[in-house]
Amino acid sequence: MRSGRYSAWRLLREGLSGHRGWGPAWRSPEPQRHYDVVIVGGGGHGLATAYYLARTHGVRRIAVLERGWIGGGNSGRNTTIIRSNYFWPESAALYDFALRQYEQLSRELNFNLMVSQRGLLMLAHTPHDVELGRRTFNAMRLNGIDAEWLDADRILSEVPSLQPSRFPILGGVMQRRAGIARHDAVVWGFARAADSFGVDILQGTEVTGFRTDATGRAVAVLTNRGEIGAGAIGLAVAGSSTQLADLAGFRLPVTSYALQAFVSEPLKPFLDTVLLSPATGCYVSQSDKGELVFGGALDLFPSFAQRGTPPILEQVVAGLLEMFPTLARVRLLRQWAGCVDVVHDSSPILGPTPVPGIAINCGWGTGGFKAIPAGGYLLAHQLATGQPHPMAVPFGLERFSTGRLIDEAAAAGIAH
Amino acid sequence: MKPPLLASRIEATMHLIPCPYCGPRAEWEFQWGGEAHRPRPDLSADDATWAQYLFERRNTRGPALERWVHRYGCGQWFHLVRDTVSHEVLAVYGVEDRPPDLVVEPTP
Amino acid sequence: MTGFRLPSGGQIDRSQPLSFQFDGTAMTGYSGDTLASALLANGVRTVGRSFKYHRRRGIVGAGVEDAGALVTVGTAGRSVPNLKPATVPLYEGLVATPVNVWPSLEMDVRALHQWIAPLLPAGFYNKTFTWPSWHLFEGAIRRAAGFGTAPSAPDPDRYAKAHLSVDVAIVGAGPAGLTAALALATSGVSVVVIDANPRPGGSLALTDPAWAREASATLSRAGVRVLTNSTAFGLYDHGLLGVVEQCAPPGAELSAGRVRERLWLIRAARCLLAPGLIERPLVFANNDRPGVMLAQAVRRYLTVYGVAPAQRWVIATVGDEGHRCAVDLLAAGLDVAAIVDHRAAVTSPAVAAATAAGIPIEWQARLTATLGRRGVEGARIALASGSTRTVACTGVAVHGGWSPTVHLYSQAGGRLAWDDARAAFVPSTPVARVETAFGWSVGEACAAGAAAAARVAQAFQRSTVAVALPTAPPADAPLQPLWEASGAEASAFVDLLSDVTARDIRLAAQENYVSVEHLKRYTTTGMAPDQGKTSNLPALALMAAATDRTIPEVGTTRFRPPFEPISLGVLAHSRRGALLAPSLTLPLAREHLGLGAEMEEYGRWQRPALYPRRGERREETLVREVLAVRNGVGVFDASPLGKIELTGPDAARLLDFISVQTLSTLPVGRVRYHVMLTETGTVLDDGVCARLGPEHFLLSPSSAMASTVATLLDELLQCDFPAWRCLATAVTQGWAVLTLTGPNALALLSALGTDLPLSTLPHMSIATGRVAGLPARVARVSFTGEASYEIAVPSTAAQTLWHAIWAAGTVFDLQPIGLESVLVLRLEKGYLIHGVDTDGETTPDDLGYGGGIARKASDFIGRRSLLRPEQRRSGRRQLVGLTPEDGVTVLPAGGHVLLDDGTPPSDGWVTSSAYSPTLARPVAIGLVADGRARMGARCQIADGDRRIPARIAALCAWDPEGRRLHG
Repeated sequence: MRSGRYSAWRLLREGLSGHRGWGPAWRSPEPQRHYDVVIVGGGGHGLATAYYLARTHGVRRIAVLERGWIGGGNSGRNTTIIRSNYFWPESAALYDFALRQYEQLSRELNFNLMVSQRGLLMLAHTPHDVELGRRTFNAMRLNGIDAEWLDADRILSEVPSLQPSRFPILGGVMQRRAGIARHDAVVWGFARAADSFGVDILQGTEVTGFRTDATGRAVAVLTNRGEIGAGAIGLAVAGSSTQLADLAGFRLPVTSYALQAFVSEPLKPFLDTVLLSPATGCYVSQSDKGELVFGGALDLFPSFAQRGTPPILEQVVAGLLEMFPTLARVRLLRQWAGCVDVVHDSSPILGPTPVPGIAINCGWGTGGFKAIPAGGYLLAHQLATGQPHPMAVPFGLERFSTGRLIDEAAAAGIAH
Repeated sequence: MKPPLLASRIEATMHLIPCPYCGPRAEWEFQWGGEAHRPRPDLSADDATWAQYLFERRNTRGPALERWVHRYGCGQWFHLVRDTVSHEVLAVYGVEDRPPDLVVEPTP
Repeated sequence: MTGFRLPSGGQIDRSQPLSFQFDGTAMTGYSGDTLASALLANGVRTVGRSFKYHRRRGIVGAGVEDAGALVTVGTAGRSVPNLKPATVPLYEGLVATPVNVWPSLEMDVRALHQWIAPLLPAGFYNKTFTWPSWHLFEGAIRRAAGFGTAPSAPDPDRYAKAHLSVDVAIVGAGPAGLTAALALATSGVSVVVIDANPRPGGSLALTDPAWAREASATLSRAGVRVLTNSTAFGLYDHGLLGVVEQCAPPGAELSAGRVRERLWLIRAARCLLAPGLIERPLVFANNDRPGVMLAQAVRRYLTVYGVAPAQRWVIATVGDEGHRCAVDLLAAGLDVAAIVDHRAAVTSPAVAAATAAGIPIEWQARLTATLGRRGVEGARIALASGSTRTVACTGVAVHGGWSPTVHLYSQAGGRLAWDDARAAFVPSTPVARVETAFGWSVGEACAAGAAAAARVAQAFQRSTVAVALPTAPPADAPLQPLWEASGAEASAFVDLLSDVTARDIRLAAQENYVSVEHLKRYTTTGMAPDQGKTSNLPALALMAAATDRTIPEVGTTRFRPPFEPISLGVLAHSRRGALLAPSLTLPLAREHLGLGAEMEEYGRWQRPALYPRRGERREETLVREVLAVRNGVGVFDASPLGKIELTGPDAARLLDFISVQTLSTLPVGRVRYHVMLTETGTVLDDGVCARLGPEHFLLSPSSAMASTVATLLDELLQCDFPAWRCLATAVTQGWAVLTLTGPNALALLSALGTDLPLSTLPHMSIATGRVAGLPARVARVSFTGEASYEIAVPSTAAQTLWHAIWAAGTVFDLQPIGLESVLVLRLEKGYLIHGVDTDGETTPDDLGYGGGIARKASDFIGRRSLLRPEQRRSGRRQLVGLTPEDGVTVLPAGGHVLLDDGTPPSDGWVTSSAYSPTLARPVAIGLVADGRARMGARCQIADGDRRIPARIAALCAWDPEGRRLHG
């Protein structure tokens, strides 16, 4: 690796010599005229795609095109939760594959992603919540996902700062292997590893169109830095999927919404798990830096604005204080929003598109971050082999015509 | 004595969501009702056409034509031209009206 | 002890001493002090420890720009962590403690981090701690991180929210804001002025406090509202300004009824932003040592608070502010060893004043380092000659230039431009509904305020009045920016609160984290609670230098709300406890409680769950209530059931369009069960529909879906079928409904006295008439499997009906039935509950209602979707009964059904389950793959580690022929 291998020993050595030996984590090369694969979108999914193309499939000439700076979209705006507590076997397989990658990626990438498997607890507030929670808990177990049912006493002993007043806690589903990972580190870790395989990461490169050959196959990407030929093209551009599809000439079943997120000032350790309350729609974790990172449901109308609004802020904070009334005097540090692509069944779209030569990875809705290794792995498979990976087959575009949706919210009662 | 409020006299359409029946009201009184002008195919439509109707959206980045209802107000539905980036409301028109000329929608 | 109170001067009230506590030590200050000024006056230098290296930190600024050290103010449930001392007004009894220190401020164990600092550069955690696993290290890192501690008890105080709609909101009551407000005060536009400080005036406190006092008096006479102690934290869409007003200082005990903070949402047709300037520090070695302060902050402590932060000073400056500071220090009787000015010698009134006062000025010189142990004891100066000089001093005042406060402007979408002469980012592009007003001096600020006011007035077709301006000091000579004064020392800090050094910035550049966002995220600069108010620009400048770019090429990060941290409590305001989600109350709530009902929440309704008798266990109550219905008569409150009336010639047509069933063929006086779908073909809701007249229907959606269905009907009628003549009116809460159910229900209804033709009223019918003398609708429909009569009367007559029923019911041994018993009764009968026994994938055929669809002539919502392959495939989950093989185990709701060999994947799940008192055995229903074709098949119910043998059974376990309904 150009940046050299990272280790405690090297950190010590560099520390004694003024850190002059660290090379760039990734290069900023000039674009070449042609690549075997061009990936549009330098977020986690795009960079992971490049990494797996190079590592697993041995593709050598790869470019990742990023309009702004890598990780600047939802990869850098999410609440960093990783989990695989899914209901349907197809989803469970996909997300648990991602989680299993996360469990060992720090060493594989030689970059500490700060994967913290501190557990995710989904609360049940009513007898009906308990029945739905048991349904999910059992589904997870049958899917081979670790799941524990915690009763109310156990929850209050594990999270003593919980003091609900409006919505009592009757139990909850815990996935111990779930947790958080440092979002920027995931982007940088994949970027550095991809770069070490020779992948060109082209920041500040905006796609303005696609060129097709006589057969209708897309063969080049038009950018603000000129035309770039491509053997195959992958789109991984959450928040702009519709716009890129428009440029390529096909339509997607996607609507884009703002998803807001919030952090408090850094506090000494207060909360050791990730907590989700369906009654208020609020979820919260505490980062290693000490900030409480929390969020709620989507905004209620489409938006590409990537900024927060007071009504959601008030609603989500009220939900947080319902769980933790001692936080009322703690202060909000920052409010922001990402732009998420929502599909009717809240499951991703993975696979070929109506335009030959272009494959897509989109539609993760509010949960793309946790799926980054899987999304990258599966898009890489599609681009390298021209065929969807078996794990990706249920998530193709054709499901919208057949009606065979994979709708988590439908059976589990929880929007994912 | 409090000075008179002039706000409603200028730029009323840029202030909040302009319900055509109640005037400008705060966003949280309203409910977004989806994209406007989407004709519903009849039973003879094939699976692909029906899927397009059900799921495909223009998802416009910029001025979008939308249905809204003043749900916690007069209960009336109407159309908005709303910029999905700036959130500015560019026009309001009735549920039976054609969109105003200021917007050129791509044909589906 | 270095700082002290000056014998005279300041704008504090020396007749009102206040006692307070810092870090366990009792101290005194005066009314008008901030915690910061009082700490300085008491000689406190080290106020806290830094985030990463636990270095000593003191007071640096005199307002929101203070990035020195954070404290916790107050105790237990009233404590507020992470406050900047300069923003906390002093009050009697204030208790402040340093954060992030252990065991004590003076003897902090983690101060050891300073010695291993070379090993902890930006992003060090990305490069190590992966072997064997991050979990091994995470706990220690987490404990070391974080500033303050969350309060240990719930907040006892109240918060409020207020709305305000005005023509103009002016943010900032400094020279620009006050001038603008005065100019608009009598112009006929409504104005509100917002300022974070207790008193309006801003920097006028240093130049002309009398003018500021007079200006506020004038504004108050003109009826202009001035919100002081109020932070404008966000400028959102359409001119919505978020403001938090501090009604009481943090940590203070409030008298009853008082509000701690108030959230203002201000709708302003125009926002006039005049938030002033933020002074920038300088980057040099050990620039974080207690005693290093911003120059204007030093002037404020002298002039406003009568406090000398130190005795002997060195001033490092790139502009005239340093010279003004020196003159003020001298005037206060303190010593100034030298002014170290980065510029080549300039002439200006401020420089002339310093020269005249005899203060030594070193031109083209740089302060490169401070010296000292617990605080500043000396400064090292690189002179123009190239030689170095060390000067003894106890205070260092720094001035690195000014940055306009552009946060709200940027939040609203404004773009910044680089002003090279001032070395600052300034507002450039116009933003709808926003005016900005700032100036580099008091005079310029006033002129900008007046000009912005004139633009605002013009928008309203009004005119401003001329304003008599305050005394303005003469203009400054140009500054000469200096982004880093010393070489490569490790302790030259850029962001004090995040412990980010100039070296960290260079490391980021070296490793190609050169985008401004990567810089911020990699080094964490600007991410601490001060949000980089003073550190942003130096960080950008150092990155520009390290990457051979200009500062505007590096660019800025986008500013996000809130401008200053705001408490979560005020954002939730009254949405706490019961008010978070108010529940709905039945008209007969008191009567139910009078009968000993246990109320529980279903949907949002508080409803009787059971009516337990004394000493009765829950299961016993259930058995008693269920058997009362099967053997006699019971009454339950069905008022929450949705009710939508449809009238008009096209009502039947509309109903045909929303229902799977054909409702247009329903005879008048009859009731039909029907299912509504979403357009994707899944069940939206189920319920009954009654025909009251040829053009008059009553639709009863489930209580949870009533509002959704009403909105859908409105949308269809207004948008999709505007020509159809039909009115849909939701009347759910206009009617109270009491249901008599059981073999004796008919007799009881007759005994109530009614003009209805009861004997000819068949199952699934409705009649309108009088019951017990009240106007009523009686529907004979059943959710229990017994003959039932739903009596609906206007809500206002609910009590009358209730008492009449009980008066007549005694002879029938009438019993009140709770909803839990109703749920068991319906389960015995196999009646489904939408949302419990159905889910977002259930189709009508899955429920057994697919048969008639082919015969229906017209289209309806969802019909086309039912023709897709997925909806027609085999293996779909169908609603069926389930019985345990052992005949006694109540199957767990939420348990999954495993067919055949009992291995995954799941073949469905138990949706409802209970012990049936009527059948004296468990009953359950669930969704099972191909369930109807597998009647009698064996399966396993999987619940955790349990596996319960069961069989697929008929949905309806009680009276499948329906004799009791029709009897």
